[in-house]
Amino acid sequence: MGTYLVRRLLIALPSLLGISVVLFTVLALAPGDPFEEMATNPNIPPEVRLALRAKFGIDDPVYIRYIRWLTAMLQGDWGFSFASRVNVDTLILQRLPATIFVIGSSQILALAIALPVGIYAATRPYSIFDQIANTFAFIGFSLPTFFTGLLFILVFSIWLDWLPFVFRTDIDATGWRWYWEQIRQAIMPVMVLGLFQAASYTRYVRSAVLDVIRLDFVTTARAKGLGEKTVVVRHVVRNALIPVVTLVALQMPTVFGGAIVTEQIFRIPGIGSLLISAILANDTPVIMAVTFVFACLVVTFNLIADVLYGWLDPRIAFR
Amino acid sequence: MNETEIHGMVAEVKEGKLSRRGFMQRLAAFGVAAPTAWHILDFHGVAQAQSLTAYKPTKAGGGGPLKILLWQAPTLLNPHFAIGTKDQEGSRVFYEPLAGWDNEGNLVPFLAAEIPSRENGSVSADGLSVTWKLKPNVKWHDGKPFTADDCLFTAAYAADAATAATTIGTYKDIKVEKIDDLTIKITFPKPTPFWADAFVGAAGMILPKHVFEPFKGAASRDAPANLKPVGTSAYKFIDFKPGDILRGERNPDYHIPNQPFFDTVEVKGGGDAVSAARAVIQTGEFDYAWNMQVEDEILLRMERGGRGKAIPVSSGNIEFIMLNTTDPWTEVDGERSSVKTKHPTLTDPAVRKAINLLIDRDSVQKFIYGRGGKATANFVNAPPRYVSPNMKYEFSIDKANKILDDAGWVRGADGIRAKDGKKLKFVYQTSINAPRQKNQAIVKQAAQRAGIDIELKSVTASVFFSSDVANPDTYSKFYCDIQMYTTTMLQPDPERFMLQLVSWEIANKENKWQGRNISRYSSKEADEAFQEAQNSLDPARRTALFIKMNDIFCGENILVPVLARTRMAASSNNLVVQPSGWDLDLWMLNAWFRP
Repeated sequence: MGTYLVRRLLIALPSLLGISVVLFTVLALAPGDPFEEMATNPNIPPEVRLALRAKFGIDDPVYIRYIRWLTAMLQGDWGFSFASRVNVDTLILQRLPATIFVIGSSQILALAIALPVGIYAATRPYSIFDQIANTFAFIGFSLPTFFTGLLFILVFSIWLDWLPFVFRTDIDATGWRWYWEQIRQAIMPVMVLGLFQAASYTRYVRSAVLDVIRLDFVTTARAKGLGEKTVVVRHVVRNALIPVVTLVALQMPTVFGGAIVTEQIFRIPGIGSLLISAILANDTPVIMAVTFVFACLVVTFNLIADVLYGWLDPRIAFR
Repeated sequence: MNETEIHGMVAEVKEGKLSRRGFMQRLAAFGVAAPTAWHILDFHGVAQAQSLTAYKPTKAGGGGPLKILLWQAPTLLNPHFAIGTKDQEGSRVFYEPLAGWDNEGNLVPFLAAEIPSRENGSVSADGLSVTWKLKPNVKWHDGKPFTADDCLFTAAYAADAATAATTIGTYKDIKVEKIDDLTIKITFPKPTPFWADAFVGAAGMILPKHVFEPFKGAASRDAPANLKPVGTSAYKFIDFKPGDILRGERNPDYHIPNQPFFDTVEVKGGGDAVSAARAVIQTGEFDYAWNMQVEDEILLRMERGGRGKAIPVSSGNIEFIMLNTTDPWTEVDGERSSVKTKHPTLTDPAVRKAINLLIDRDSVQKFIYGRGGKATANFVNAPPRYVSPNMKYEFSIDKANKILDDAGWVRGADGIRAKDGKKLKFVYQTSINAPRQKNQAIVKQAAQRAGIDIELKSVTASVFFSSDVANPDTYSKFYCDIQMYTTTMLQPDPERFMLQLVSWEIANKENKWQGRNISRYSSKEADEAFQEAQNSLDPARRTALFIKMNDIFCGENILVPVLARTRMAASSNNLVVQPSGWDLDLWMLNAWFRP
C-alpha cells in the first residue's frame, strides 16, 4: 500500500507540472490584452497601456514569465489579478463558499434522487416505474443546463414570480429569514444542476445494481429465506455502490470548480463565474490559478479514487 | 447658421433682448444642442442658468435599499485606474469631482462652491487659467476636511507617469496651484477653450491626500484604498468583492442637504445584458441596470406589462465604417497598410462614394438597433453644436451603379466590376457581435447588386480591440479593406475625439500601432483646422473648425458613419434617476429617489 501511494504521488507531481506548462503556454500564446478596453477610449493615452503592460511584466518572454510564476507559486504566492490588483487566493476564497453551497447541495440532491430511483428501478427492470424513470433520465441528461436554467427562470421568476433569479451574497436579513432567503435563491440553480446530475447517476446506479442482482450470492441470500428488503439493502446495494462511490469521488472537483454555465445564468458569484469573467477580461493570473486549482483537484481525486478502489475491493491488487 | 449669426444672437442675449432660454431654443432649431449653446453663452460671459434637478424628498434617508445591476462588474474602485466605465461607475458611488455634466451639457457643481465662468472672472480672458472655489465644510468619509490640498494631490498623483493612471492625459500638462485652502487655480500651457476637463466628470474624481499620499508613483497599485474607498459622496463604503458586489450606506454628513434618499446602495455584477434587463424591466428584482446592449425588439417585448422601462440617453459614440486608402495586401518595410502605399481600388473616390451609397443606414437602425442608435452621415454627432449640417446620407443602389459605370468600372462575366485588371473585391472586418454581423450581411448584399464583391470577416472582440503588436487582426493594424467598430466620445468637447483625424496620430509600425488615426488618411487642411481649433478661444470658430474636419473625412468617404449610438439603461417604473449622456450613469446617484 505504501509503495503504491508513493508511486502514484510520484506520477502526480510531474503531471501537475506538465499541466501548468501547457496552461501557461496556451494562455501566453492566446490573443488578447487585459487592458484592451483602453484602446478605443480616446481619453486614455496609449502610453498608459504600454506602461501597465511593462509594470505587470506582460511584455517579457513566456519562459521568464513561467519561471517567475512557478517560483512564486511554490512559495505560496498565487499572484494578483491584473484587473483588480487583488491577490488571486483572496478572490478564490471569496468565491468558494457560494460554489460549495450551490454545487454541493446539487450533488446531494442528485444522490438523494438517483440512489432510491436507480435501485428501485433495477429491482423491477422493465416495469412501468423503470420505464418512466429511464425516460426522465434520458430527457434529463440530454437537456443542457443553460436551457433548463433559462426555462426555470422563465417559469418560476417571470411567469409565476415565485423565485428570484439573481443570486446574492449579501442577503439583507437575519435569523430564519436569512436561511429562508438563502434557500429560496438557491432552489433554481440547485434544481437545474441536481436534476441534470441525478439523471446520469440514476442510469449508473441502475446498471450497477442490475449487474449485481443476478449474481449467485444474491440468489444464495434469497435461498436462505431473507426478506427481499434485506437482500437488496445488505447484499445488493453494498456491492453495487463500489463503482458509484468512485464515480462520485471523481465528481468532487466539480464541486470546487463550480458549474461555469449555471453560475453565469444565475449570477452566482462562484469559481465558475470568476473564471468566465477572468477569461473575458484576459486576466491571465486569475485564469491560470483557477484552472490550475482545478487540475490539482482532478489529479488529487483521481489519486483518492485509486486508493479507494484498492481499499474497497482488494482484488484490485496494488501491483 | 454661421458664426456671425450666432454672435448676433449672443449680443441680443447680453442686451436682454433675447432670453437664455430663447437663445437655446433658437439654436436648437438649427440643431445646436443645449451644451453647446451653454458653452457659447459662457464664453461670451453670459451667466449660467441654475441647473435644476427634480429632487423632491425633504429629508435624507428613509428610502430603503437601492439595487443596481451592472452586468459588467467593477473590479477596482480607484477612478484613476479605471479600465472602462464599469470601474468609473463603481468609483463614482464614493468619489465626487468638482463638477459633473448634466444631460443638457451644463456643469453641475459637486465639490465646487460655484461653476467658474468668464463673468465671475474665474476663467481668464486669455484662456490660460481657471480658478475653482471649493465648497467649504465638506468632509471625507473618515471625518477629515476636504481642501485644496486634495485637488493638488489628485492632479499630481494622476500626472505621475509611474502611477500609470488612466487619467494621465487630463492632468499631465496642467499646473495646479493652491490660492488658499478653498481655492485652486489651474494654469494651461496654451490657451485652452475647453477648460472643464480636469476635476470634472469621470476623470475628475478627487482622491483624499491623507489616504493616498504614501501610494503615489510606483507603489500606486498597492494602496488598500484602491479597494476600500474613502470619498466625499452621499454613500459610505461598506464592502466590496471585485467582480461581484459593492455595497455602501448613507453618509449622514453628506454636504448636500436632504440627500441621499436611499439608506443603502448595492451594485451587483455578473451575468449578461439580456438577463440584467429582465431583472429590472420584467421581474423588478433590481431597480436599475446599465449598458443594455440588447436588441431593442427584446427590450420592447419586456417592457410590455413589465415593472420597468428602458431609458435611452444620447451619447457621442459612433458606429462607423472605415475605408482603407492604403494597401493592406502588400508589405512595405515590415508593415501592411503602410502610408507609403496606395490601395489599388479604394483610392478611387468614385468607388468610395459608391460604397457610401450602398449602406442602408435606415434599415440598420430600424431592424437592428431600434432606440439604440440613430442613422447619421456625420462622424461627430454630439453635442449638437458640433454636428455638421452639410453631410447627407442616402441609400441608392442605382446611383452607386451609375457612379461606378461613369468611372469606368465594368462588370465582368462573374458580375464583379473591374478596371485595368483590378477587381472590386474587398474584405470587410469587424468584431464578433450580433448586430455587427447583421450589418455586414446587409452591406454585402447591397454591394453585390452594384457589382462589388465583399468577403466578410469577423474577429473576436478580445483580439480585434487588443494592442497585441504581434497580432495582424487588431483594428489598429487595419490589415483589411473595410472595417467597422464604435468609437466613444466621453466629453462634450470633440477636441480629443478629433485626434483620430490628424496626421501625427496615424497608427503605424513606428508607434506600435498605438496612434489614434486608424484610417491613415491625412489632410493638411484637417491638420491645420485641428491646430487652430486647439488654440481658438471663440467657440463659434472652434465649432466651425471641427465641422470642417468632420466634413473632410466624411465628404471624402474615408470614414463612413452608420449610427450615432445611444446609451441604454433600464430602470424600474418607480425610480427617478438623473441620466446624462455626458457623464457616468451614476454621476448624480445622490439625487436618485422614489416619489
